[in-house]
Amino acid sequence: MSGDSQRGAERRARLALYVVHGLLAAFFLLPLVFMFVSAFKTDEAQLLRDMNSLAAFAPVGQLGWGNFAEVMHNTPFVRAFANSLLVVGVTVTLGILVNSMLAYALARLRFAGRNLLLAVVIALIIVPFEAIAVPLLLLVNELPWFGAQRGWLDSYHVQVIPFIGHAFSVYLFYQFFIALPKDLEEAALMDGASRWRIYWSIVMPLSKPVIATVAVLQFLARWGDLLWPVMVVRGDTFATLPLAMQTFFGQFPRQWGQVMAFAAMATLPTLAVFLVFQRWFVKSAISSAIKG
Amino acid sequence: MSSLQMTSSSAAGAPPATVRRQRPRGDGATAWLFAAPATALLGIFLVLPFLMAVVLSFTNKRLISAEELGTDFVGWRNYARLLQDDAFWVALKNNFVFVAIVAPLQSAFALLLAVLVNQPLAGSRFFRTVYFMPVATTMAVVAVIWSLMYAPDGGVVNRFVGFVSFGLIAPQDWLRDPALVLYAVMVLSIWQGVGFQMLVFLAGLQAIPVDLYEAAKLDGATPWQQFRHITVPMLKNTTIFVLITTTIYAFQLYTQVQIIASSGTAAPVDSFRTVVMLMVHEGFGSGKIGHAAALSVLFFVLVLAISLIQRLLLKEERAVA
Repeated sequence: MSGDSQRGAERRARLALYVVHGLLAAFFLLPLVFMFVSAFKTDEAQLLRDMNSLAAFAPVGQLGWGNFAEVMHNTPFVRAFANSLLVVGVTVTLGILVNSMLAYALARLRFAGRNLLLAVVIALIIVPFEAIAVPLLLLVNELPWFGAQRGWLDSYHVQVIPFIGHAFSVYLFYQFFIALPKDLEEAALMDGASRWRIYWSIVMPLSKPVIATVAVLQFLARWGDLLWPVMVVRGDTFATLPLAMQTFFGQFPRQWGQVMAFAAMATLPTLAVFLVFQRWFVKSAISSAIKG
Repeated sequence: MSSLQMTSSSAAGAPPATVRRQRPRGDGATAWLFAAPATALLGIFLVLPFLMAVVLSFTNKRLISAEELGTDFVGWRNYARLLQDDAFWVALKNNFVFVAIVAPLQSAFALLLAVLVNQPLAGSRFFRTVYFMPVATTMAVVAVIWSLMYAPDGGVVNRFVGFVSFGLIAPQDWLRDPALVLYAVMVLSIWQGVGFQMLVFLAGLQAIPVDLYEAAKLDGATPWQQFRHITVPMLKNTTIFVLITTTIYAFQLYTQVQIIASSGTAAPVDSFRTVVMLMVHEGFGSGKIGHAAALSVLFFVLVLAISLIQRLLLKEERAVA
């Protein structure tokens, strides 16, 4: 085989690869493009007519911010967005704190029952939320809260507190901690530092990769959850984005332009977060495989 | 797991006196302060409801309990009723059909994508980002976008299907046709989820030593032979992991079908109702907690069985290696 024809074959192979990539990229991108483009189409009839051709993916015809303005002013979008930010933000932050604390105790401290506790945590990873959702509903319905009222339904804390403790996060932290070299911690212990200080000032700053992993995995899971809000939230006051999306989507007469504007505004922030922190998303997917 | 067994066996093997001398002061109180918050939360919101599910599944508990009626133990009645309930079998069948198609298809697709983005090609990173973007899109939103694309007559999907089939396949009402709605859900689920498994496979691919391929190339192996005899066997554990997790995700199917069901323009719910949807409907909609608890327990047993199969497969692999 001469060098020229080999180079030609390589070029053809590369071209074929690009064609395949191009088709796949179209498959994954076009639904998103369709959403964003449709959100700007203020003429509902035109939006539906455009679906018959490639115009579905092109910003053509009557375009404007009208759908967005409608969604901002006449739907609970802003409220739902803030609710999602609050609920997910608090859950992820507190989760990182308490789960890493438990993992630190399991990885570094000696106490009676440690092995049992570790075994229980690992066993709990397998319990899917779906299997406990109904009894959990019953439970939170009976729990007390400040102000003497009973039952947690329709609140922020009912969407936060049950999800802070997370067995798989504990396991990820544990795996990371046992792999950390002990020297620094032992030196600090010699100098009389408290365990809390070691955890907070030495271990956690070294644990940024696993913190990011846990944060991304929990963020994706909590941000998209619909099952629990459907069960515990009534009305718009405490509804997060997926629930608000469902409510708005189910309303008639349905204005598709506005539905797509709602969807686009709900998506844009998560997409932006993904594009900025892409590296951590990749890492989190990879470390989720340790679970196996 | 193995490290856990090692620590416990070594502790048991050493005489207790030396162990105590090795650690002059235990970390008991401090340790429990560290462990307490998460342990308490897991205990109250995971272990307790789990035990409640088991206990409640043997009672006739209702969500709005009529105090005068009370709650009684009814033995296996909830389970017996469940097994006689057509809705249960239909939901289970829907889940199994979904799993049987989505788990292998999505895993194979993910492997294909991983191999493609793993090629030394300018722009590979860009394509990897694009393939992952749907994962960063909320499932409720994904279901809404596809609902419009599935529109009957002049919908995007219908136009596309007509185009690639040269007009042989007539426009369908994807979400309202009981024979099609589940398959329509499969497509949007794969679209949303496959990017995640692609990354898992990609990690597996990048862990394969490059020398293996170089040696094979020297021996004159074609790219397909390299894939068949190096990539596939080296990815066995990753593949088992991806297949099993995809299967478990598929059994948890809820959000997309719930959105479509609540659209008001979907097929009769029996044609795509899943086990989790039925559970919410029974326990929450109809308030039959005992019934829903039995369903939860069966669901857990199902997931547990799948995970045990995974353990078994992986152990076998280790024994062979």
